[in-house]
Amino acid sequence: MGFWNVLSSIIPSAIAYTIPILMGALGGLYSERSGVTNLCIEGLMLFGVFSAAATIVKLQAIPGFSFVLAIVIGIIVAMAASMLLSLLHAFAAINLKANQVISGTAINMLSTAVTLFLAQTITGSGNITIVRGIIRQNVPVLSKIPVIGTLFFTSTYWTTWLCLILWGASWFLLYKTSFGLRLRACGEHPSAVASAGVNVHRMRYIGVLASGFFSGLGGACILVTYAGEYNAGSGINGLGFLAIAALIFGQWKPLGILGSTFFFGLCMTIANMGKVFPVFQNIPTGYLGMFPYVATLIALIFSSRRSAAPLASGEPF
Amino acid sequence: MGRKTVQQKPLEARKASPLVVSLSAVFLGIAAGCLFILCIGKNPFAGFERILFGALSNVRRIGNTLGMSTQLILIGLSVAFAFKTGLFNIGASGQMLMGGITGSILAYYLPLSMPRIIYIPMVIIAAMAAGALWGFLSGLLKAKFNVHEVVSTIMLNWIAYWICYDFIPRFIIDPTISVKSKPIETVHTLRADWLTDLTQFSTLNYGFFLAIAMCFVVWFILQKTTLGFSLKAVGSNRFCAEYAGIRVTRSIMISMAIAGALASLAGLTYYCGYSNIMEMGKMPNEGFDGIAVALLGNCSPVGIFFSAIFFGILKMGRGSLAATGIPTEIADTIIATIIYFTATNVILASFWNRIFHSRFEKKEEAAAAAMKKKGDHTPVSSLTKAQFNEYAKEGRALLKESKEGR
Repeated sequence: MGFWNVLSSIIPSAIAYTIPILMGALGGLYSERSGVTNLCIEGLMLFGVFSAAATIVKLQAIPGFSFVLAIVIGIIVAMAASMLLSLLHAFAAINLKANQVISGTAINMLSTAVTLFLAQTITGSGNITIVRGIIRQNVPVLSKIPVIGTLFFTSTYWTTWLCLILWGASWFLLYKTSFGLRLRACGEHPSAVASAGVNVHRMRYIGVLASGFFSGLGGACILVTYAGEYNAGSGINGLGFLAIAALIFGQWKPLGILGSTFFFGLCMTIANMGKVFPVFQNIPTGYLGMFPYVATLIALIFSSRRSAAPLASGEPF
Repeated sequence: MGRKTVQQKPLEARKASPLVVSLSAVFLGIAAGCLFILCIGKNPFAGFERILFGALSNVRRIGNTLGMSTQLILIGLSVAFAFKTGLFNIGASGQMLMGGITGSILAYYLPLSMPRIIYIPMVIIAAMAAGALWGFLSGLLKAKFNVHEVVSTIMLNWIAYWICYDFIPRFIIDPTISVKSKPIETVHTLRADWLTDLTQFSTLNYGFFLAIAMCFVVWFILQKTTLGFSLKAVGSNRFCAEYAGIRVTRSIMISMAIAGALASLAGLTYYCGYSNIMEMGKMPNEGFDGIAVALLGNCSPVGIFFSAIFFGILKMGRGSLAATGIPTEIADTIIATIIYFTATNVILASFWNRIFHSRFEKKEEAAAAAMKKKGDHTPVSSLTKAQFNEYAKEGRALLKESKEGR
């Protein structure tokens, strides 16, 4: 297997792994930039996986119901459900002035427990498997471009493009509008923003709800692209924490997180598909499996020192 | 003479104690659990009755509950210890795995003829060393590289998970069931014949006494040693501690190492006492439950002991829920809800403070009325508590009379 073959099989799946992490990190970006530390991305994403799975399974069971429509509805439900769960974190962090790290951990545990609880009542087991996810498609015209076309535009999921558009829109919203400036200022000097007549609590609610929105979308993407099932046993394997690490590694900037999540996506691909490539065949599964987490720690060592964290993140206002 | 000059503490409203706050969190958590059970159309009271039945109805079940609580006490201590230094150790699961795998490998390879009096201290020390290393790593990352300990401990959890995934088949696999380790011989576990006989083959083992001993050790370190003082100083104000000459980075590393050692001890009791096998690809949930134990116990050893017993009851008792048709995950839901409410302890405390305050004000009003009638003009604040209560009682009756008279 030549280098080109390896590359052309790694890149598309690396993109597939990147997108959910990117959405999780983007959600974290909104929340932390508005001044609320959000360690419950993991729980929110898991909730997204579960609610999308439950919805899609129910809809796909209806005879004659369009599979694509079922997936679209599933994604929307996932986003709404995760927003609802993130509301709990927002309420604790903003109104109750709780310790945000603990509240985030509580949400993570709550999400694991509640999804399993509901899965038990719905299907009687800890797993929900959907009949069919999204079918990979080539992007018309663009996939004909040599090299780039093969790597980035063949056999892609439509959710990938949706997520990238949302990422671009978020960059614009956060950096080019007065709303974005206010949101970011709430994470730096909330009292200054408040004295300028902006409702800090409202901005923070928006930030946390946005993190629910994007994490839910990310979770749904995991389900409808590569996973295909909600599995209570493994959950989402710490992907939400990888997203937080990517956020730190990306220095709380949209372009930064795009780069760092792609790096993690590549690591995940190597971990999960390593056995396919002759280069990695002799490495035991255990070491391949821990590779993304070790890489994350190393990445954090280099990026955490000069941390550009929002000043007021984690401080109740 | 001397007695009279002692300044009397001014009378004031009662403050909400940590116990009251914890109990309200438990109450709210259980209420949320009831709500969930009602949502799926089942009877919550029957559910809780089953939980209590499953956890406490005979000697064996009580033994099992204590066996489960053993891990929870140790993890609770681990989380609490890190918490006192201002660190949040959510890597107890990984530290448990490290302790468990070390203990299991030693149990597998050390000769069975080895006297237990040498064997047991040896595995305890080895497991604690492994966990201390794991905790130390995240402490090092935090102290030297400013890596948030929540993220680093989670990453280390998964690294430990994959290490076990690799080590179990490599060193201690049971060839007949290729996803589990070979069961450890009883003489190499922490179980004791007299405990097993006493509790009719429950999972209770020496670990329970180890956990109680650790409660004392943690209390001693935190309350009676300079090390404990400097750790707490770092926890309450890092910069102030630094200014006072305490080496903050060193404290962070030591604190995480001790926390890791405590959690790995939990892993040892879990994998080589409570159970005797390790499964591939399984992350122990107890690591996260320990957070609840520590928070609910207000990070004090005594509180942790009792909250661990409480969670032990929840976790063991849920096995009996099957008959009622309530999913057993209700226990985890309740635990998570309790953590959520302990996170908001400021609000719970202020809620109770407000209630205590308004009750105190009413009492004050009544006492003032009674004093006015009696013509006593000493200010309320200089009364003793007994006098104050006396007046308040009289006053309440007075106020009631006047209300009825009107």
